[in-house]
Amino acid sequence: MSVNLAKGQSVSLQKSTGESLSVVRMGLGWKAAPRRGLFGRRTREIDLDASALLYAERTPTDVVFFQHLVSNDGSVRHTGDNLVGGVGAGGDDESIVVDLARVPVHITQIIFTVSSYTGQTFQEVENAHCRLVDETNGQELARYELTGGGAHTGQIMAKVARDGSGRWAMTAIGTPARATARTFQDMLPDIEPFL
Amino acid sequence: MAAAELVRGQNHPLPGTRITVRLSSAHPAATAVLLTDESGRLADGEGRLVHAGSPELPGVRLAADGEVAVDLGALAADVHRLQLALLLPTGRTFRDLPAPVAAVAGPDGGIASFTLTGLADESALVAVELYRRAGGWKVRAVGQGYAGGATALLADHGCPDPSALAAALTPEVSAELPTSRRSADGGQRADGGSDGAGVVAPTGAAGSPINTVHPRRGPSGPAATTPAPEVPPSAARGPVDTTHPGRPSPPPPAAGPSGPVFAPPVPPSPSSPTSATSPTSPTSAPSSVPPPIAGDAAGATMDERLYNQVWGIFEDAARSAAAYRSAVEYADHRQDQEIEALLADPRMRFGPDAELGRLQARTRRDELEGRARAVLDRDAEQLREELQVVERAMPAAMAAWGSAAWTAWQPVAERPFALRLGDLHLPENPDIRVPMLTRFPLHRGLWVDTGSGPESAGPGSAPLGSADRKAFGTGVATAVAARLLACHPPGGLLLHAVAPGAGGPGGSGDAWAPFARAGLLAGPPATSRAEVAALLESLVERVDLVQMARRAGAPDTLPPHVDPADRLLLVHDFPYGFDDRTVARLRYLADEGPAVGVHLLLVADRAESREYGPLLDPFWRGLTRLAPVEQAYLADPWVEHLWTFSPAVPRPGDPALPALLEAIARHRR
Repeated sequence: MSVNLAKGQSVSLQKSTGESLSVVRMGLGWKAAPRRGLFGRRTREIDLDASALLYAERTPTDVVFFQHLVSNDGSVRHTGDNLVGGVGAGGDDESIVVDLARVPVHITQIIFTVSSYTGQTFQEVENAHCRLVDETNGQELARYELTGGGAHTGQIMAKVARDGSGRWAMTAIGTPARATARTFQDMLPDIEPFL
Repeated sequence: MAAAELVRGQNHPLPGTRITVRLSSAHPAATAVLLTDESGRLADGEGRLVHAGSPELPGVRLAADGEVAVDLGALAADVHRLQLALLLPTGRTFRDLPAPVAAVAGPDGGIASFTLTGLADESALVAVELYRRAGGWKVRAVGQGYAGGATALLADHGCPDPSALAAALTPEVSAELPTSRRSADGGQRADGGSDGAGVVAPTGAAGSPINTVHPRRGPSGPAATTPAPEVPPSAARGPVDTTHPGRPSPPPPAAGPSGPVFAPPVPPSPSSPTSATSPTSPTSAPSSVPPPIAGDAAGATMDERLYNQVWGIFEDAARSAAAYRSAVEYADHRQDQEIEALLADPRMRFGPDAELGRLQARTRRDELEGRARAVLDRDAEQLREELQVVERAMPAAMAAWGSAAWTAWQPVAERPFALRLGDLHLPENPDIRVPMLTRFPLHRGLWVDTGSGPESAGPGSAPLGSADRKAFGTGVATAVAARLLACHPPGGLLLHAVAPGAGGPGGSGDAWAPFARAGLLAGPPATSRAEVAALLESLVERVDLVQMARRAGAPDTLPPHVDPADRLLLVHDFPYGFDDRTVARLRYLADEGPAVGVHLLLVADRAESREYGPLLDPFWRGLTRLAPVEQAYLADPWVEHLWTFSPAVPRPGDPALPALLEAIARHRR
């Protein structure tokens, strides 16, 4: 079942049975740029990138993105960079899988971001979505439509954080980063307020 | 499944048809359910209203404690919406009261909850509605309040005579009607009604406001054999609500006293299916780890699967250690910062406060490290078990010396898949010994390093004399060669030896004696320069011939004087016995040999070939270096921790090796 979270809303990742969700995945999908012009190969391809930043309290300690696909501890894995998108039909072109049970004890929050490497703003990208899925059973926990999202190229999507007793909860953020963000690095200052 | 926190106007699908809804308020309020048509109107007034005075209609039942149990499948076909309303006694409003909470749950637990904020003069409200949508049902967070109270609410839903009905619905402060569970929050204590069905809100049960929005017990329903009023509410909810959500629920959650008629068959483990909508969906990962199985990895053969499994263990061990190390690093860093902050304030620098601050920083650091260590130990326990299982299943080529695969050695029909060169471990877990396996055929020559120079000395290397290093090196090389020999079909691998004898300071004339004694060398060891040159010449010729045959597309056609068997060239005390010409030949063999079955095993101190200058650097780099004793010099490819390598050698004085060589020789004859 899917929850369309509004900004700032939280959803506990605690299952009703009392167990924590064990594996969550952020999926990012978008439609490839249409081919046009005399030479069909000359498309302006769209490359969106999903990244996950691991924070120990407020200290960034690790990041998973297209050049570092697995966090050092192995708990967060990127399934690989997709440069053009277009899996289509609501599928995910890039995914980041978080094994919550394996996240090191000092990591208290994980921030998910989406950025447009090729510079198209979310207004221009068609059928772009970002969702959080309970990977153990495929249920969608939250979904955002990025398309038409505005004239920015980076967005801070969600935060998965431990609460005081070590349980995980997800908070929807969905806030645009500064207009020129190309990778997660450009968004670091914008992430600060959400830590 | 996580219970969704809804905002006003948001909807959420309902899995299954058995739903409970609880409207909680900090004030004794009555719950009522309006069964309405598509346009949200009561079709025939009172007949479609569930309230305390009329607590049951087909598919809807209002328990005395205020919980509404719904069987969506049993509702009349013309009921399209269920509106759940909360009504305050006359004269009361929701202003200044904590926000009411609507909690929707299925048989498996919380589905959605909705906190109604921003209320003021309203004294009645529709909190949520359940409505038909495309053949299924959804819940919507409504939050529509009525300052006109129940009368306005009923009128809004097309009730013909709202004020008369409203009077019947609106609770008295004496709470004849079901009161909200959280009434005790407001310090209100509803007295029991004259009919005995009134519920005294237990003060104890109200102490868990969060948990009340995640009711986890099986809901009571119309067919409940044990009506809720007969159960003291504190007993009905207490034991469940106090269950910490962070802990696994008790194994039989259906054992609650409230008669969970809607509850599905409950599996005995907490890993029950998480959604009633998709009973066939894969269940969540079981909380207990299944026992490890040998060969639990991808691969076409068992050997390949074991090999891949070892790599999996290696990566897991590396990453587990990385998690631990980064946590400790962070703990140290945080402690430093906290103490630094203490010292920054001159007044705090001395005295009991400073001591206390230091102590606290230290405690926080130790606490974090302790938790990291616990995780590391948990992982280690798992890896240890898996390694045990895997070690038992390893074929001889990949098994440790002394394992059952070696005591029961039998000649093999095929070349090995991979070769064990030693074990790797990290200081955090010295007993997690990951086998260091290399694929066979070897793509690089092997070099047992007997040097003592800076490039040979590692932090884990023991200070050994030159003779000792050579002796250990010879032992390692002998073990590797014996292993290779034993894991080839009889006659499938020929050994050639170079042992310059008096040439080396260690006097290594008998370095390959075990093989010579067993008659396993293809010829006597080459000791002089002429012999070394002749041996290398013959091996180079073999490489060239096999390459030519391969290029001609007939890899099996070799001249009759060339044995088709693979070769292993054992070189001791390089570069003694070599000159520029034979060194060039050796380099050629190192480069071209592995692809055509000519392997190289070198025992050498790199410093002794210094006279060849940097010319040989690529040669050394192209070899797999093996330390003769335990030494930390190998980095894993994932997190680049320094692993301590221990070479695979039989225990000193173990008679197994000579016996093994005898057996190999016997099978060859």
